[in-house]
Amino acid sequence: MTTLSASPAVSAAGRLLRDRRLPVVVTLALFLVMYAWGGYRYSFDAQVAPNLLVNNCYLVVAAVGATFVILTGGIDLSIGSVIGFSGMLLAQLVVVEHVPLAVASLIVLFVGTLGGALMGCMIHFYKVQPFIATLTGLFLFRGLSLVLSKQAISINEPTVSNLAQYHIPLGGDVFLSVGAAVALLTVLVAVVVLHFSRFGRRVYAVGGSEQSALLMGLPVARTKITVYAVSGFCSALAGLVFVLYIQSGDPLHGVGMELDAIAAVVIGGTLLTGGTGYVLGSLLGVLVLGLIKTIISDEGTLSSWWIKIFTGVLLLLFILLQRVIGARGSARS
Amino acid sequence: MAETQPVLRMTGISKEFTAVRALSEVDFRLYPGEIHALLGENGAGKSTLIKVLTGVYDLDAGAVELNGEQVRITSPHHAQQLGISTVYQEVNLCPNLTVAENIFLGREQTAGGLIKWRSTRTAARRLVAKFGLDLDVSAPLGEYPLAIQQLVAIVRAVEGSSARVLILDEPTSSLDRDEVQVLFSVMRRLKEEGVAIVFVSHFLDQIYEICDRMTILRNGRLVGEHLVSELDRVGLVRAMIGKELGGLEELAEHDRPPIGDPVLRAEGLGRKGGIAPFDLDLRSGEVVGLAGLLGSGRTELARLLFGADTADSGRVEMPGGPVALRGPHVAIGRGIAFCSENRRAEGLIPELTVRENIILAMQAARGWTRRLPREKVDELVARYIRVLDIRPGDPEAKAGALSGGNQQKVLLARWLITEPKLLILDEPTRGIDVGAKAEIQKLVAGLAAEGLSVLYISAELEEVLRLSHTIGVLRDRTLVARLDNGPDVTEERIMETIASGGHA
Repeated sequence: MTTLSASPAVSAAGRLLRDRRLPVVVTLALFLVMYAWGGYRYSFDAQVAPNLLVNNCYLVVAAVGATFVILTGGIDLSIGSVIGFSGMLLAQLVVVEHVPLAVASLIVLFVGTLGGALMGCMIHFYKVQPFIATLTGLFLFRGLSLVLSKQAISINEPTVSNLAQYHIPLGGDVFLSVGAAVALLTVLVAVVVLHFSRFGRRVYAVGGSEQSALLMGLPVARTKITVYAVSGFCSALAGLVFVLYIQSGDPLHGVGMELDAIAAVVIGGTLLTGGTGYVLGSLLGVLVLGLIKTIISDEGTLSSWWIKIFTGVLLLLFILLQRVIGARGSARS
Repeated sequence: MAETQPVLRMTGISKEFTAVRALSEVDFRLYPGEIHALLGENGAGKSTLIKVLTGVYDLDAGAVELNGEQVRITSPHHAQQLGISTVYQEVNLCPNLTVAENIFLGREQTAGGLIKWRSTRTAARRLVAKFGLDLDVSAPLGEYPLAIQQLVAIVRAVEGSSARVLILDEPTSSLDRDEVQVLFSVMRRLKEEGVAIVFVSHFLDQIYEICDRMTILRNGRLVGEHLVSELDRVGLVRAMIGKELGGLEELAEHDRPPIGDPVLRAEGLGRKGGIAPFDLDLRSGEVVGLAGLLGSGRTELARLLFGADTADSGRVEMPGGPVALRGPHVAIGRGIAFCSENRRAEGLIPELTVRENIILAMQAARGWTRRLPREKVDELVARYIRVLDIRPGDPEAKAGALSGGNQQKVLLARWLITEPKLLILDEPTRGIDVGAKAEIQKLVAGLAAEGLSVLYISAELEEVLRLSHTIGVLRDRTLVARLDNGPDVTEERIMETIASGGHA
């Protein structure tokens, strides 16, 4: 009598619909279908797939940071500004102040992390909504970049151009750029951190229920602040990667990029309410967005605004999908 | 057992929230290997005491000793480190994480900073089995019913921090009978291992089944600490309500006006988590009183009848056929009026004038597009101000400026103006002075005599006895008895009914 056995009382179909990996699988399927269709229509060559990473590496890095924040149920609107600022700061340090590239990069990463941590403190200790707190970050960092210089500073440092042009061969004529490799490494580290470290599990716990996490004795404050610091770090890293891609700093770089990152995270299946989602989903989200870009430009006749329109449609679909899954989820409790 | 040192001793605990004294000088002690019930009505201070003990609230005065050493508990995390673990009424786990993760969150076994999932899951499986549960520990917690989640919370609380003190804050409120038995067997096992358990429950049967000792709080003060074997249920209920039976005034004589036709009949009406299915007849000219401890389901019952909550079982019949009470608008349309217990938050709108407050329900019943003509409004308002003797008699006075009793009358007027057939009054006299109280009681009696059906809810047994023709007794969210009021029905008898659950 004292043994209580319980199995999750759900039908197989219900179980599938409720599986947290479902949105990622949907995104993956979408990506494959789009790729197959695009490949058929425009006869993609072998470099198209790696190019999706090469051309969107900065967005992958930024989306990884955004994933951490969104998993806790927060949001980071400062990503684009931090990316722009990081590029400007690097250019300023290297070109104007003649600081060695490595040192300058470390400074940039530190500043980005610190900025994120400060926003995290604002959010946690002063109970400012993440939307507002990071909105201040958005304005602040954009303003700061314009204070550094009103014009773009091109970086003619040989190391930078060497790095930017270095091709990592993948066999045949196919290659990855350094930036793409950095992006993949970031994703890998994020996966390990989120799924195999205590901090990672705390991120999910805070996103699942902050109140519960607190009552379970978890360091909620540290977790939340760290998450924004991680996002700041990723944004700064994305800024560096973007410099490799573009080889200059421009105060207006990365405008609106936070929205692309957030869109990628959502399309990757992470719930905006927090608690469920995967970094790999975000990677797929970026690739899907990249693929839309590729297809539209290969089509040739469509204006580039169609990229935005398709992104919007996809976002809508994925948010509706989340609603369906979310409704299933709340029906049982 | 009494010889051993208490594992926990709290003395002179006081806690104040902006102008409200939640606890004043409460003492509490807890021995190892005992199950100690913490009792009191809602708002007596149980939760506050627990939150002080678990570091959620900082205490204003008093001392906490753990194993003879003075401690100052600063956070839930700190409390856990000290070996004090809590399972709250609401499951405070993360439904998005797996069972295993929830048990070990924050204490995962790691190697080189990486979590060892395999051994974590194995450990979780072993633990869960030890507690007599058979679960898939790698399934998300949210996929299990609440009862299982509750038990997982206990597994976490006990095992993770090798708890010496385990606090169970109403863990049984969402469990069914079998699940409660599983919980109890777990509690007994822990007790044998020397864990001290604080058990909070509204269910008196459970207290008498499982507990060794109890501490009773009332209005933030300590009423007493007793061995469970030394205090019977009547004594316990009395201690919780705080009335000495000797000092009661004589009951007023009941004139029994002829009771008329049924106004509303509920059959098997109930709502999961709110109130167990009940049958109730309300007839015109009749006052039905509801008695029971706070939290026994009185308000929940009333809300069902008003459609403020929707029932998930049973049916309601009114003259002219069955009614689906899908919402207050349906109830209002059928002539049901409801004065909420929380008149400031849910009823009266203090910023509006007396006139506006009074016509609110009537205007709502007509629909906002059909505005009442001003002369009609003035005439009606003037009449009800006169009839109910609302003071000041100025229809343009701000409702918030009136005294409690007059605010209550404004609310009454609001509903009477719609000429209801059934009037539900939830604690209409709470927080108003004695004179106004008597006036309201007189009004209610008068209204019933004129043929209105009244459902009267009050924490004061005396009031219920004085007014009601029939008394419904509630306990543990169940309507346990219906008593026809008469000379043989006394407060003592109602308390006994509450204590025994209607089986006496």
